[in-house]
Amino acid sequence: MTQRLMERRQILTFLGTLAAAGFVLPRMAFANWDKVAFEAKTMDEALKALGAGTPATSGDVQIVASDIAENGAVVPIQAISKLPNTERIAILVDKNPSMLAASFDLTPETIPEVTARIKMGQTSNVVVLVKADGKFYAASKEIKVTLGGCGG
Amino acid sequence: MNRREFLNVLAAANAAGLLLPASLARAQTAAESFYDAPAFGDVSLLHITDCHAQLKPIHFREPSVNLGIAGMAGRAPHLVGPSLLEHFRIAPGSRAAHAFTFLDFERLAGLYGKVGGFAHLATLVKRVRANRPGALLLDGGDTWQGSGTALWTQGQDMVEAAKLLGVDVMTLHWECTYGQDRVREVAEKDFAGHIEIVAQNIKSADFGDDVFKPYTMRAVNGVKVAVIGQAFPYTPIANPRYMVADWTFGIREEDMQKTVDAARAAGAAVVVVLSHNGMDVDLKMASRVSGVDAILGGHTHDGMPAPSVVANPGGKTLVTNAGSNGKFLGVLDLAVSGGRVADFRYRLMPVFADLLPADPEMDALITRVRAPYEATLGEVLAVTDATLYRRGNFNGSFDQVILDALMAEKDAEIAFSPGFRWGASLLPGQPITMESLLDQTAITYPYVTLSNLSGAQIKTVLEDVCDNLFNPDPYYQQGGDMVRVGGLSYACDPTAAAGQRIQDMTLNGKPLEASKTYKVAGWAPVAEEAKTAGGEPIWDLVARNLRARKIIAPPRLNLPTLKGVDGNPGLAV
Repeated sequence: MTQRLMERRQILTFLGTLAAAGFVLPRMAFANWDKVAFEAKTMDEALKALGAGTPATSGDVQIVASDIAENGAVVPIQAISKLPNTERIAILVDKNPSMLAASFDLTPETIPEVTARIKMGQTSNVVVLVKADGKFYAASKEIKVTLGGCGG
Repeated sequence: MNRREFLNVLAAANAAGLLLPASLARAQTAAESFYDAPAFGDVSLLHITDCHAQLKPIHFREPSVNLGIAGMAGRAPHLVGPSLLEHFRIAPGSRAAHAFTFLDFERLAGLYGKVGGFAHLATLVKRVRANRPGALLLDGGDTWQGSGTALWTQGQDMVEAAKLLGVDVMTLHWECTYGQDRVREVAEKDFAGHIEIVAQNIKSADFGDDVFKPYTMRAVNGVKVAVIGQAFPYTPIANPRYMVADWTFGIREEDMQKTVDAARAAGAAVVVVLSHNGMDVDLKMASRVSGVDAILGGHTHDGMPAPSVVANPGGKTLVTNAGSNGKFLGVLDLAVSGGRVADFRYRLMPVFADLLPADPEMDALITRVRAPYEATLGEVLAVTDATLYRRGNFNGSFDQVILDALMAEKDAEIAFSPGFRWGASLLPGQPITMESLLDQTAITYPYVTLSNLSGAQIKTVLEDVCDNLFNPDPYYQQGGDMVRVGGLSYACDPTAAAGQRIQDMTLNGKPLEASKTYKVAGWAPVAEEAKTAGGEPIWDLVARNLRARKIIAPPRLNLPTLKGVDGNPGLAV
């Protein structure tokens, strides 16, 4: 393990301790919880609740994720927007019972790159939705969820 | 064998009164012409992969079914039998034909003898290295698993054999099934100063840091050569995730491009990827990543006599695959001029044990590591009347023996056995020893399972595995073969969409019912709970069955009715 890595772990542990002691408050905007969007059962409903309508497919929206999930219960998804003035990044899973898995509201000084670990019950398209300059853009990638075994 | 060694052999044979001068001379001439490979260029890379711990010479039957679908149809490596011979212009009945195809397997196996074996491979490596100073020996992985001795020593026998063979760099797959701590232990202790493990696509699960060096830079005859490692991307899916709980894998194409660029920026004139992707994945990656001179591939066990040349935005990349079970040594010679690869020669040399005398030092090591286990390995469980083999997309006769044993011993109506591609072959009349059985089954999660599955669940399992094999996008494939199925009849259309490939499932002539429950036996569960569930190791179950049967008649292979693949050159009629 490198020195740098060790330090990073120690810092995170330290931060965790502070949080446990009540010194740091997670900055989660519970007041803005988007109930309708997070409870939407179809992609159209979810997009409507997010105010997205029919977003334009954009090469400036990138999804970095494994083609086959190592564990459907924790699938790391990185969503990157190259669009100027990105205000929001949302991750939706086509075949999940509730599609909207995560939504991030970004301040102008934030680099528009987010990572979330989401849960997927089955092979599905994952859609990343980006709101930039008031307009909506999207990209999609199929992520396979498999039973495993039998390889090699 | 050099001339002096040959003369020594001759003298010894003379002294023993065994000499048949004409035939010995013929064998010597055959060996010299067969392994004649004049040196070429400035940099030579020797490549072994997927030996699956086969230290001793064996027989290995290549597949008669290796279907390619969509863009892979009819292209290397999806050619078998006559199609393969024709494509690579190999004479039927020749040594090469026997090495690369299943054709006339029993007769040619008798004629040309066993293949592989580390003592014979060591002789070939020394011989090829003799006129290629500075050549690097690269091991694509799947080296520590596949035999009883490897399992019992946690791969230590192979670790020592690889060091003695002179391996310089390796990457990983089945090695990981001894657990991440064991891999680390070997990397840090046994391999230190000898063999470097590289893998650009193994990262720590928490922060995504490199677990191993992504690549190593070696100077070969004054030329800077970067060897990038690509471990099997789906190790935590195809094998138990709990073995590598703190690591994450994946293809990581973008990271591969960054690693290539970094190696070039650091002055590499030659960049090669030592890959355990499987050949279809390598071919796709070669078409999308720029700046790689060659991908030396494994995993899918495709013995390809010549490389595929793949165009990409940065130029061209060679893609090779070097077979399995110690049968082959790949030799890539590169001419470098102006800091770039200008020309190449490639040969995939089959290792014929009777053309290459055993290297005494390696032979001694093998004898030593096997000594404590010889009695166990040598137990004769039964004698086979049939050729027993595994390779093939849907079933093999050795798998059928395992399936039959599972159904009989567990009183199950259906059995599943994993579509592994390793495991040596036996000829009719050969004994099935404990060693032969372990060659098919020696894994660290060998537990037998018995489950009640609904017809719908059985269909889901078959569809899932089938998509891992026949997804039209190679990045979604895992590179094993179809799960072997006992008892249940079905049809398979590899060209159909996911979820629609498995059709007409029947059991004893009656359609399988989606909601009805069936008793299904299997082995090699990847779930962690299976560790403590008390399932016996598969080799104990099969050994019990074989001891009782004594003589194994040719098993009736349960094969699906294939649809949509008529005329596919990956299917021998």
